[in-house]
Amino acid sequence: MYLDHAATTPVRPEVIADMTEEFGVLGNASSLHGAGRRARRVVEESREAVADALGATPHEVVFTSGGTEADNLAIKGLYWARHQADPARRRILVSAVEHHAVLDPARWMADHQGAVYEELPVDSYGRVDPQTLRAAIRRDPASVALVSVMWANNEVGTVQPIGELAAIAAEYAIPFHTDAVQAVGTETVDFAAAGVSALTVTGHKLGGPVGAGALLLARGVDPVPVLHGGGQEREVRSGTLMTPLLRGLATALRLAVAERQAHAAELARLRDELVASVRAVVPDAQLNGHPTERLAGTAHISFPGCEGDALLMLLDARGIECSTGSACSAGVAQASHVLLAMGADPDTARSSLRLSLGHGSSEGDVKAFADAIGPAVERARAARDKRR
Amino acid sequence: MRVLAAMSGGVDSAVAAARAAEAGYDVTGVHLALSKNPQSYRTGARGCCTVEDSRDARRAADVIGIPFYVWDMAEEFDREVVQDFVSEYAAGRTPNPCLRCNEKIKFEAVLERAVALGFDAVCTGHHVRMVDGRLRRSVDLAKDQSYVLAVLTREQLAHAMFPLGDCTKAEVRAEAERRGLTVADKPDSHDICFIADGDTAGFLNRRLGSEPGPIVDESGTVLGTHNGAHAFTVGQRKGLNLGGAVDRRYVLSIEPVNNTVTVGPRAALEIDEIVGERPVWSGCDPLTEPFACTVQLRAHGEVHPCRAWERDGELIVQLDEPATGVAAGQAAVLYDGDVVLGSATIRSAVSRARQTSPAS
Repeated sequence: MYLDHAATTPVRPEVIADMTEEFGVLGNASSLHGAGRRARRVVEESREAVADALGATPHEVVFTSGGTEADNLAIKGLYWARHQADPARRRILVSAVEHHAVLDPARWMADHQGAVYEELPVDSYGRVDPQTLRAAIRRDPASVALVSVMWANNEVGTVQPIGELAAIAAEYAIPFHTDAVQAVGTETVDFAAAGVSALTVTGHKLGGPVGAGALLLARGVDPVPVLHGGGQEREVRSGTLMTPLLRGLATALRLAVAERQAHAAELARLRDELVASVRAVVPDAQLNGHPTERLAGTAHISFPGCEGDALLMLLDARGIECSTGSACSAGVAQASHVLLAMGADPDTARSSLRLSLGHGSSEGDVKAFADAIGPAVERARAARDKRR
Repeated sequence: MRVLAAMSGGVDSAVAAARAAEAGYDVTGVHLALSKNPQSYRTGARGCCTVEDSRDARRAADVIGIPFYVWDMAEEFDREVVQDFVSEYAAGRTPNPCLRCNEKIKFEAVLERAVALGFDAVCTGHHVRMVDGRLRRSVDLAKDQSYVLAVLTREQLAHAMFPLGDCTKAEVRAEAERRGLTVADKPDSHDICFIADGDTAGFLNRRLGSEPGPIVDESGTVLGTHNGAHAFTVGQRKGLNLGGAVDRRYVLSIEPVNNTVTVGPRAALEIDEIVGERPVWSGCDPLTEPFACTVQLRAHGEVHPCRAWERDGELIVQLDEPATGVAAGQAAVLYDGDVVLGSATIRSAVSRARQTSPAS
């Protein structure tokens, strides 16, 4: 029973079919002969499909190996470009609840490239108040290199007011990047309408292949490359284009966007049922994240008196696969920086599980989880008591 | 029966887990993360708590086909083992951190958590046998680890599983190879896992500070100076730097309060009566009358014939022949043949004839 769709999702059968066909075809999209032209056609059709699904134009799509690469290109590349144009621009403003693929490059730039790292605090739901961003910029607008705030959080699922935030950055002509990796499957993500400068998307969170993603870059937003080489993607990103994976990414995105509304409604219904059934068994379980502005498939729940990793192990032993949601260091669960930023104490942060639904999730999953969580919480509480 | 296999990433614990799984137990592998920042401990594959070791353990679990998790035991390890190690040295004693880790981490913190989570036993790759609930030395005497496990109580042993005691280390390596466990050739770990560079004195100096103090002989005559009393161990001969001393001199005692190291001839090290604290009797009922058995006084040390009994909550050991190099803080482990009877922490050791006490 798979309740970890925020980690990765089952690849859609249509995607497997398309990629399987494509893997059988020879061709490097940069070659000038017939095989190359055929591969190029597949790549460009994929680019058009991605652009179409996300409200962008095809030349705004830069293919990458996935979310982490796209985030690195956005943070490092935009910083370098902005800093080169005006050395006064050194501040990188990021929300405190970003994924490590954004936080770590931003901190690395501060540690090694002279950037100034600045976190935008969030409220107890994990949201960045637009006025917080405005105040941070206003302290010294000329020194801001870029802003990055994720569309929706990968742990608690809180959706940010991206349009408002992007509009504030735009007032000061500051590039605004958003990591929309978690959002695209269930939220309406329209690149142009949102008014953002750069947007990260990846395939494997929405039924596509792992290893393919994109950074959307608005016209005039030109990061300095991170990967140098053949310059295949607008001279901004190098590396042989992975034709079968890009075709799979395009198919997955097309399907996801076409089915989004119905899919999101169904997931939200299942998720609310899941939360209600957990609460029926564990009355003091606490739902984290924004009550309404939250991803349809995500339920992030704290179980007071438990350790999340003990719950995870006990559920895993019963064939239920979920996550504590937070990053690991050598396999050791760290207290989630997201929960801590939302004001949770470390014990609460460590007591949490992230349940994320997706394609294939069913009433049966909800029921099985509700049956398993009671005994698991009881055992995990006993184990936690032993540690004191 | 559900068994939790503690997997260090080394060859022994991997084969132990494989054997437990093959025996039909429902085995789950767990690597114990003993540092919040794994890189800060040992680098390379020699210790027991690096990122690489964690990956090796995970890979072994994959090969065996058992679930695998990492348990964060860093707080407990720091409190019960590292801090204890430092404070024992600060008190002029010579602790055994591996013993303490077995006592307080693997068979206390981990075992208790495991039992609470529904496990029945903790399995490790220690070279030791268990027969009818009693610890026996491994058939591989060179690798035998009964000395660092003798501190376990009967209750702890009742939940312990040691699948490797009936074979040699060479056989364990061969079996790992046969089972496709890539850790088969991994070097043995030797040193203290939380002292990355193997420099115990340097580690203690950083934790305790180093204050120069006198090196004196038994009459109190100052023979030289040292750079911190906790760098010394009873019985130590090297590193005293006493220049042209006529006789070889050995460390007789360490007095942290006045930061004094007392040295003397080898004969002055000889003791034949030992008093041990907190005796544990896992292999027999507490001995209330002197009982003829043998005692081991340090890891991989020789065994000494003795008479031993418990008196007023302390273990009394009278050696048939004097022994040297007996340090307070080490364990005195009693054996009947190769069966562990009990264990205690050495508090003092004296010579009955001279009534002197090198290890105080």
